[in-house]
Amino acid sequence: MADKIKVLDPRGYPPKVVGKRLANRPMSLDGKVLYLIDALFDNADVFMEQLRDWFATNMPSVETRIIKPRESWKDDPEMRATVVAQGDVAIMGVGL
Amino acid sequence: MGFALALEEAGIPTIPVSTHAFARLAKATAKTGGMPTLRNCYVPQPVVGRTPSELRDYIEGMDPIEKRPFMQGVIDGLTQPLSDEDLKGATFEREMPRFLEPDTEDNLHQLFLENHWTDQLPVVLPTEARVEAMLKGTSHAPDKHVGHMRPTAFREAWAFDVEKVAVNAVMAGARPEYLPVILALTASGVSARSSSTTSWAALSIVNGPIRDEIGMNSGIGTLGPYNHANATIGRAYCLASQNVQGGSVPGDTYMGSVGSNWNYTACFAENEERSPWSPFHVDNGFKASDSTVSVFFGGWYTQSGFGPRETWKEKFIRCLTATDHFSPPLIVMDPIVARAFDDMGYSKQSLIEWCAENAKMPARNYWDDQWTTTLVKPHAVAGVEPFASRLRAAPDEMISIFRPEDINIVVIGGETQGAFKMISGRYRGLGPGTMTGGKLPTVRVDDWR
Repeated sequence: MADKIKVLDPRGYPPKVVGKRLANRPMSLDGKVLYLIDALFDNADVFMEQLRDWFATNMPSVETRIIKPRESWKDDPEMRATVVAQGDVAIMGVGL
Repeated sequence: MGFALALEEAGIPTIPVSTHAFARLAKATAKTGGMPTLRNCYVPQPVVGRTPSELRDYIEGMDPIEKRPFMQGVIDGLTQPLSDEDLKGATFEREMPRFLEPDTEDNLHQLFLENHWTDQLPVVLPTEARVEAMLKGTSHAPDKHVGHMRPTAFREAWAFDVEKVAVNAVMAGARPEYLPVILALTASGVSARSSSTTSWAALSIVNGPIRDEIGMNSGIGTLGPYNHANATIGRAYCLASQNVQGGSVPGDTYMGSVGSNWNYTACFAENEERSPWSPFHVDNGFKASDSTVSVFFGGWYTQSGFGPRETWKEKFIRCLTATDHFSPPLIVMDPIVARAFDDMGYSKQSLIEWCAENAKMPARNYWDDQWTTTLVKPHAVAGVEPFASRLRAAPDEMISIFRPEDINIVVIGGETQGAFKMISGRYRGLGPGTMTGGKLPTVRVDDWR
């Protein structure tokens, strides 16, 4: 039987994950302001325009506003503050 | 995804929409963000290149991951009451044992393979004795914090210390005397295992006395598999990147569609002695007596040529404009080429400026590029020059595609041929490549001796 050896783990140290709750949901979207956040990936703007059109056709009581961060992949606190101050719900995409 | 997590935290119900190819990544990111029940919705891949009508079909069609109408998922996700799990999120810690469970060599090799801790080539198992021997290559304590690394900007950053780098250096087959170079590379914070769909790689250049001290090659076959230090330092940097950042696993922590051969190993020394110009690190503010590593984020393309011959200008323009211009070129040239340019009256900087001035393409072509549109255009819209001028240009107007600071030249090679290559490699500037918090991605090796 082959001898057993002891080796070191090559992985780094992950941070502690702190649980965060989801935001409270409204009962319905009637009369709500929905921010459509264009993540700036190629063609995401066209997707968001189509999404806005879908709401205009199917749920006209929802007010949609398209908004974009200053840069892709980077936080934009100013944009987030606008959504929090003036919006009720949001959809973000397309991308990560 | 970070936006969505932040908005939920701030009280705004948010639906992140991704394409189905990113479902595992999206769920993993939500989990490590502490919000595993984040209400993701998915559309088919790709979105790029699809017409408005095709995207409308996505919206009115099925979510390919959740197997429900896409818009039903969106509306339900924004309005359905919260469950207990939604309310508490997920708090957890992941303990990383210093040692793995003892096992046979064969089983451990299999374990390393199955856990995606290798580059699929055989590795040297990091026994305690081997890691101890490796640690003799630096004066720093094994538990000294080196830095953080992550596969891409929106992923969590993992921490690592000197011992973790030494473990990966052992695995790569490196020698203890190489360890300061490997530590400096990892301390750059630039991952050599980016998860980008575009298959980035990190190429690195070593300058200064350390090159000779550890026997690096800057002569014949510099870029090839002909030198132990070059090969194993580059491999150690790659292995360390994937392991200390928490993985480089296809579909989870690696999304490069076609991949990159530069991801095996890509570390070279500059041939300072045969170059007519100052070394790269000196150009960037270091002393000639400093030993440094400089990281270039790229690896998308390689153009090559010989000369300079009578028509070198046309050749250079063809090469420069054939690049993917979002990722600017690192030009590596044999000393024969560099001396010929020097004899023609070009300094390194004046040649770089000539390249930037003459690499042009119609504005239409420049902007018809996924990454230029995604990552450069926002700067242009915000008025940042020269991008704003490029955006104002008429579609057929010829515009410069690089700034001088986008282009770098390094002299390598053994003078058996007047060869040059233009390799995708961003050193600094706009784009997702540098990610060094504004610092130049050059690190002093001497600080890690």
